[in-house]
Amino acid sequence: MNKTVNHKAWFFVLPVLLLVAFNAIVPLITVVNYSVQETFGDNVFFWSGITWFEDVLQSPRFHAALGRQLAFTFTILVIEVPLGVAIALAMPRKGIWVSVCLVLMAMPLLIPWNVVGAMWNIFALPEIGLLGKTLNSLGFDYNYTRQPGAAWFTLVMMDVWHWTSLVVLLAYAGLVSIPDAYYQAARIDGASPFAIFRYIQLPKMKRVLTIAILLRFMDSFNIYTEPSVLTGGGPGNSTTLLSIDLVKIALGQFDLGPAAAMSLVYFLVILLMSWIFYTLMTRNEEN
Amino acid sequence: MRRFSWLVPTIYILFLMLPIYWLVSMSFKTTNEILGSFTLWPQQFTLANYRVILTDPTWYMGYVNSLIYVTLNTVLSVGAALPAAYAFSRYRFLGDKHLFFWLLTNRMAPAAVFALPFFQLYSAVGLFDTHLAVALAHTLFNIPLAVWILEGFMSGVPKQLDDTAYVDGYSFPRFFVRIFIPTIASGIGVAAFFCFMFSWVELLLAKTLTAVAAKPIAATMTKTASSSGYELGLLAAAGTLTIIPGAIVIYFVRNYIAKGFALGRV
Repeated sequence: MNKTVNHKAWFFVLPVLLLVAFNAIVPLITVVNYSVQETFGDNVFFWSGITWFEDVLQSPRFHAALGRQLAFTFTILVIEVPLGVAIALAMPRKGIWVSVCLVLMAMPLLIPWNVVGAMWNIFALPEIGLLGKTLNSLGFDYNYTRQPGAAWFTLVMMDVWHWTSLVVLLAYAGLVSIPDAYYQAARIDGASPFAIFRYIQLPKMKRVLTIAILLRFMDSFNIYTEPSVLTGGGPGNSTTLLSIDLVKIALGQFDLGPAAAMSLVYFLVILLMSWIFYTLMTRNEEN
Repeated sequence: MRRFSWLVPTIYILFLMLPIYWLVSMSFKTTNEILGSFTLWPQQFTLANYRVILTDPTWYMGYVNSLIYVTLNTVLSVGAALPAAYAFSRYRFLGDKHLFFWLLTNRMAPAAVFALPFFQLYSAVGLFDTHLAVALAHTLFNIPLAVWILEGFMSGVPKQLDDTAYVDGYSFPRFFVRIFIPTIASGIGVAAFFCFMFSWVELLLAKTLTAVAAKPIAATMTKTASSSGYELGLLAAAGTLTIIPGAIVIYFVRNYIAKGFALGRV
């Protein structure tokens, strides 16, 4: 659509700008402020320059948490996106079952995150949980409070359970927007189901899938509540993702300086990656 | 192949329902039954857990508090996002693309990063422990999302609609309220649904910004889990009750979601 140039449009954006700026800029300045100072308590602060940033960037602890975070985000994207698309493709397009599917599938999205964590915590307990008990009676030695592998398995399962529906809803929305005429034309041309998927459905879903991937990427990078309730980052440090580590440092040890520096590095990592996604997405749109 | 395609969503929904079933069935069990034996459904069916929650104000006020700030946040976010999304979808202005991306970056900010500064900020302006504080804090990630969704819907509405209305003598505010908003009603439904959803499920900021008067149900739950041992039955009942408002909201917007997504450019 060709838009008219109108700088007065800033007035329309003003309420959003004020609200978000109040919430984003003031706290950000506070974080920057902490990140360059050293404190020994009593609200006395000393200038410390960029030492905290050097510490964070060199600390093996940060590298390990970042590595786990990347592994987690990559794993869930690889599972959730194809699975979500497959389910959306198999869903009915008309009739009462559409509503039934949508309502039931949206359920996990509306459960508070700590309840999701608590629910999976109970569900996977080896002695009294349905999943844990079943796995153990099938002969698997499964205990997510003691085995890092089992903890990861549970964490990934929980996230797939929690968020695949978001991909399904978005992909389904893209699918139903395809006019019937496209399918009729494909049938006349004798296109295979794969060709229909590749040349009609996938291009139509591209925009919604980009949104889905961006949302899942950003949210999985920020994930805190669910893993902290499910495993608390354990056993050991095996499921300590970035934000869990951050909260441990900031609120557990009250090391404000290092925590703030880590926050900024963390935020910049997300920003950089999202910017790459975003430019790729908008460039494709312009072509 | 097509004939068996109903199996895929069915199996998926079954997988979604299992943990929920386990939570609900546990909420009807006694603590002894939960810890003592493994039972697929409640053997000694009890409503005691629900009775505790529905009679104790520290419990049920948690739900009321959560619902108040979630509603407040949805109204604030969608209300502020409407004109902004209109500007982004209709006009080009200085720095529009950068502004749009900057808004999105706030969706990326980890709540964990902002928890402590938020506490200090809202204490400083005297809003700590109010519903408004949580509602305002949640606009940080809901406004960008609402702008994003609404902009998609508005771009799907042809500009001729605006022009025709002006020719017919409508003033801008009258056009916006009388014609434009009804046209994108399903978009507003979808945006409101997502705002409700993300505000209802968030815990970290809501917990940080409240103490007593506006404490959300999720925070009450974490406190019970740690203070009075581990009362799994009570926790399960409280968890089950948090699913209900969400389920009601989904039921009401189910048609908007199917139709709304289809109409919008999303």
